[in-house]
Amino acid sequence: MSSVLYDTPGPRAKRRNVLFSVVFTVLLLLLLWWVWQKMDDKGQLDSALWKPFTTSEAWTTYLLPGLANTLKAAALAMVIALPLGAVFGIARLSDHRWVRGVAGTVVEFFRAIPVLLLMLFANEFYSRYTDVSSEDRPLYAVVTGLVLYNAAVLAEVVKAGILSLPKGQTEAAYAIGLRKGQTMSSILLPQAVTAMLPAIVSQLVVIVKDTALGGVMLNFPELLNSRGTLAANYANVIQSFIVVAIIYIALNFVLTSFASWLERYLRRSKRSTGAVLGVDKVDDLNAAAVGGSYGTGAGGGGI
Amino acid sequence: MFDFLDGYDVLGAFWMTVKLTAVSAVGALVWGTLLAAMRVSPVPLMRGFGTVYVNVVRNIPLTVIVLFSSLGLADIFGMTMGTKDFDIQGFRLAVLSLAAYTAAFVCEAIRSGINTVPLGQAEAARAIGLSFSQTLTLVVLPQAFRSVIGPLANVLIALTKNTTVAAAIGVAEAALLMKTMIENEAQTLLIGAVFAFGFVVLTLPTGLILGWLGKRLAVKR
Repeated sequence: MSSVLYDTPGPRAKRRNVLFSVVFTVLLLLLLWWVWQKMDDKGQLDSALWKPFTTSEAWTTYLLPGLANTLKAAALAMVIALPLGAVFGIARLSDHRWVRGVAGTVVEFFRAIPVLLLMLFANEFYSRYTDVSSEDRPLYAVVTGLVLYNAAVLAEVVKAGILSLPKGQTEAAYAIGLRKGQTMSSILLPQAVTAMLPAIVSQLVVIVKDTALGGVMLNFPELLNSRGTLAANYANVIQSFIVVAIIYIALNFVLTSFASWLERYLRRSKRSTGAVLGVDKVDDLNAAAVGGSYGTGAGGGGI
Repeated sequence: MFDFLDGYDVLGAFWMTVKLTAVSAVGALVWGTLLAAMRVSPVPLMRGFGTVYVNVVRNIPLTVIVLFSSLGLADIFGMTMGTKDFDIQGFRLAVLSLAAYTAAFVCEAIRSGINTVPLGQAEAARAIGLSFSQTLTLVVLPQAFRSVIGPLANVLIALTKNTTVAAAIGVAEAALLMKTMIENEAQTLLIGAVFAFGFVVLTLPTGLILGWLGKRLAVKR
């Protein structure tokens, strides 16, 4: 047995485990049966309510365009936030105190604020001070909110990535006559990026999940928002929630699995001299606490 | 300069945020610890249930869960949460969703804490004849908890920020009030600053105090 908490079960423990399994199964089945009954009571099991999902119309009119918008917002946010995060991450390690101070304050500030507030603020800001059309505004607001928050988180990731490199890398770069900027751009950053990749990929899960906020609060037509339109059309609230949840789970599960595969691959292949920044780092980074993360982190995903 | 605050109960909204955080935190801690216990238990079925729960819940956006509690559980299934008052019902549904979601992260934090407890501790506990549940509750978990105060603080901070999602089902907390205020008042920037400041005030001390506590209480090895 792999766990340290119990011995390899003997005959009595085996019997007890079987007993526990049976009791747990019965409880679980009771719960499922109760949910099933409830669904049946309310007529939620009618095949007519599930039928729309077998037709192409529900997918092409509602779900796929919604998913496309979700992915679009997430991709845009990632593409803009990454360079911004890199700049702030490097600025946090600057030799000049005022650059360090300003970058640190900005990063800690945007990490401490809920993404939803940033989105709401950006939405109102665009409607008042810019002439972004009201059709585009939700997308702009969602992406702005996501960028501000995630650039701050990614800045921490970049900082941790650069700090994970051995000091000898910088010293060797100086020894062959590179300047500070050259050392950063041609020695440190390329190695740090490799070390950071798993953490960056798993931050994508957080971004994808946060796009859903824009759907509810700003009427941005992403996946969760299209679910509403779909349910209004077919009157299948529960079913649409289940289908949409499955899409999110599948999408994010692929991202999480890819991140942990990448982590294992990088650990094995030793592409970088730094420690690979694990997926579990992301949970800590998504909480805004002064002084960053403490010791051991929780497992992947991000909150 | 701050007269736009008149007529709005900003402190009341933040008090609601604090209440949501506190009540959900307790729920998430209890359910998360149970899940963690399941995930390390010798019964394969419980381990499987814990794993599936954590992986499923972690990958669904919190917004979906919160909205489902209102549109699905309350409207379709008539789950009233023991009250007829619409506001209280919204609060309780939000707590239910936040606790169910956060528990997955609490579970992972505690599980990583269990991994920091040295093998010898569990072996010694078993050697003196303690059963699995005794080993877990008397020897391993107390040590694990002390080493995960830091990660749990991070979960708590994330939960504080996540309570804003309750605005999606109309719970009168900070994000909803900010939405109303910036739509009605002219001082967009100032209002944004006030609410941002509020959240910095809520999260900063939590991180500092619990971080300090975590360092103090960690079992020195």
